[in-house]
Amino acid sequence: MALATSSTITLHVNGERRTLPVDHRTTLLDALRDHLELTGSKKGCDHGQCGACTVLIDGRRAVSCLQFAVAAEGREVTTIEGVADGDTLHPVQQAFIDLDGYQCGYCTPGQICSAIAVIEEHAAGWPSAATEDVRPEAGAPPLDADEIRERMSGNLCRCGAYVSIVQAVARAAEAAQGESAQDKSAQGGDLAGAEAGTAVTA
Amino acid sequence: MTTTTEATRLAGAVGVAHTRVEGLDKVTGAARYAAEHHFTELAHGWMVLSTVARGRITAIDSAPVEAMPGVLAVLHHENAPHLAEASGFFGPDPTVQVLQNDRVPHVGWPVALVVAETPEQAREAAESLVVHYEQEPHDTVFRAGHPDTYTPGDDEDDSVEISKGDMEAELAASAVVVDEWYTTPEEHHNAMEPHGAIARWEDGRLEVIDTTQGAFATAQDLAALLSLDPSSVRVVSEHVGGGFGSKGLVRPHSVLAAMAATVVHRPVRVVMTRRQVFSLVGHRPATAQRMRLGAHADGRLRALDHQASSYTSRVMEYVESSAAISRVLYGADAHHTVNRVVPLDVPTPRWMRAPGEAPGSFAVESAMDELAERCGVDPVALRIRNEPAVGPVSGLPFSSRSTVACFEEGARRFGWAERDPRPAVRREGRWLLGTGVAAATYTAGVVPSTASVTAEAGGDFTVRITAADIGTGARTALVQIAADALEVPVDRIRMRIADSDFGQAMLAGGSTGTRSWAHAIVAAVAELRAVLVPGMEIPADGITVRGNSLDAVRGLAKLERHSFGAQFAEAAVDIATGEVRVRRMLGMFAAGRVVNPLTARSQLVGGMVWGLSMALHEEAHRDAASGGLVGGDLAGYHIAANADVPLIEADWVDEVDPHDPTGIKGLGEIGIVGAAAAVANAVWHATGVRHRQLPIRPDRVLAAAAERG
Repeated sequence: MALATSSTITLHVNGERRTLPVDHRTTLLDALRDHLELTGSKKGCDHGQCGACTVLIDGRRAVSCLQFAVAAEGREVTTIEGVADGDTLHPVQQAFIDLDGYQCGYCTPGQICSAIAVIEEHAAGWPSAATEDVRPEAGAPPLDADEIRERMSGNLCRCGAYVSIVQAVARAAEAAQGESAQDKSAQGGDLAGAEAGTAVTA
Repeated sequence: MTTTTEATRLAGAVGVAHTRVEGLDKVTGAARYAAEHHFTELAHGWMVLSTVARGRITAIDSAPVEAMPGVLAVLHHENAPHLAEASGFFGPDPTVQVLQNDRVPHVGWPVALVVAETPEQAREAAESLVVHYEQEPHDTVFRAGHPDTYTPGDDEDDSVEISKGDMEAELAASAVVVDEWYTTPEEHHNAMEPHGAIARWEDGRLEVIDTTQGAFATAQDLAALLSLDPSSVRVVSEHVGGGFGSKGLVRPHSVLAAMAATVVHRPVRVVMTRRQVFSLVGHRPATAQRMRLGAHADGRLRALDHQASSYTSRVMEYVESSAAISRVLYGADAHHTVNRVVPLDVPTPRWMRAPGEAPGSFAVESAMDELAERCGVDPVALRIRNEPAVGPVSGLPFSSRSTVACFEEGARRFGWAERDPRPAVRREGRWLLGTGVAAATYTAGVVPSTASVTAEAGGDFTVRITAADIGTGARTALVQIAADALEVPVDRIRMRIADSDFGQAMLAGGSTGTRSWAHAIVAAVAELRAVLVPGMEIPADGITVRGNSLDAVRGLAKLERHSFGAQFAEAAVDIATGEVRVRRMLGMFAAGRVVNPLTARSQLVGGMVWGLSMALHEEAHRDAASGGLVGGDLAGYHIAANADVPLIEADWVDEVDPHDPTGIKGLGEIGIVGAAAAVANAVWHATGVRHRQLPIRPDRVLAAAAERG
């Protein structure tokens, strides 16, 4: 008996239920891009090496090129098309525009999805390889430039926009901290002054 | 319907920071790149690449693959549409003569295209296709002094080798001589968006959505290759996910997509895998460069000899002009520059960000640092001391040259004056610290281009030009330029770019794009002014005029036209592991008029990140036995990641270039030029060990330290 090579599955994407037939070999990334026309998630390598396909699955960042679509059934998938609140951009999106945290834009959706998760991971107290004191009781380290650089290093940017990406993530993180009424002082380091921030809207 | 009014003179838009006009589309995922457009009946092509480095195809077992589920066609050299041996936009390009004969010139040459209903089916079928080869001995190993090395060009071509003065006499009479070899490895662009295209026939026209830096040239080349009337091919590339030269010309994926669409009578998408990108879009060849500098005791140059060699393929000749930079930077009584090549059985190298200047600057600017060391002269002072008054080889005046201002302002901001010139004296725990400097320059070119401007009935202006925004911010910069030319606010400009139907225009490359397109827009606006009379009625479909910058560009005086800059870097070297970390970089540039400070800074910093990456990370490994790359992907070929990059600052000195009406010089390339040398010079200052071979890998640092004892 030949085994079935395709199935009809239901994906939960950006708050919507989407039912689609897929080849079992179809990755989540290809299902999003080719079947659901959500082309915001990018394919830079298809090998989990570049991070351009980063989406949020159940709130955690993941490279969608290394998952089969059938394995994403029942999970909540959020893509770049779903991170804004209606017409109001997510603070990370706005910071990327204002601080020029991109050039060609191809890695940008993955960077933004990663950054959203980075801010949440940090707020939840997760350490990184750049964290000096990783004891649980030490609490979250300051989200300084080195922490952001380390936590954002799964997302390659060949245009070399890292400097302004770090500044954009820092600005969005500060906004998120302000919202949570944790009025901490500025994170210092070389983030202060965000010298590219002289932008005006065209 | 409205009437035109006397435009009010506004404060210029040029020179003011503007966020990108397509920014919202880029951060929301709405911006669609080439492979992201959907068509009913879209079929999918998957390339099959050769696995041998030299030989011929003896058989292709296509029958079993044609019977696989969903397979629509297997194209190969025995059944593929014929391509004309057309002369390309920039000369004949044999690298796109795919599926035309049984020859295999390198590993990774396209030998077949499988077309199927779905990408999964196409991929499985392509991977199942058995291709038989008759292998021939190959040679893929580049080295200085390879016996097949030759000097390209002919007697009429004076750009390859230029000589003046008595080199050996000047060297013999020099108080100080540097004579060293510098090498750089094979490097790959790796734009984040892999090359992809969708081709389809619509109403008798071939419509191609491509990722290209030059839609017009790509359309012209496709028409010529497929023996079509040029007007029956249209290429668009609204969003391009990085190019860096790799998308400068028509590439095999577009040709194959067009062939397949013709055969299967359906829209066909062909996208390269990341690994395929490593063999089909060009790359920077490895270089070996001998630098001989002879100087007076105070460091003034008497002799400069820059002999560069690199490899080319057997498919077509490409010359990496590494020595050309020395014709701009420094004068000497005896001056010799030459670019030689050796043909190998490898993929064809092509333009990659600052072709020539990037590897060439590593050699000459490392050698200048060695000269400074041996003369006991400060490296900044040495460069200022050797600042030429006119073109060192041409004798022509510079349109503007602000190198000294860049060094002086850069040195002030970087804190250069506090630097202890002695190497290996700063230590912080296990880190040795050092700082380095290098000069940068890149040619400011311009190519005649066309544009159209439409005065719309509603009072807006629509500009159409076959420009491309590959991440440079060109779309936004052109809005600013058009607004100033029309003397209206930026919000009244609608900018339409990247459509070959808009007519001939220079591609986005060689730091010529913005300047060339600005000239065309200025010409079109001048034509519009000749037509528009204040108070006249604008018809519903507007008034459209075309402009051509041919006369304006031809009328430019023949001068040495270049951007210049000074690169500063601080490096930390881990004495235990050999790891090099760049702690900070500063680039001061002089690039004429800066249109948009926000995106200009991003481009310059991005170029400097490339320089850091070139200095420490990038290196493709070619296996001599197979002739193919080892680890030809983004895991095996490391490009700088976020954690590799410190705070990098780029800024510019005010520079007015009176010899160009736009005042623009371009700044896409110059950020990388000299950056790797500045890092290498900082590593020398930190450790006292000179690294003349890139990248400066930890094992090389440790081996060099051990050798030194």
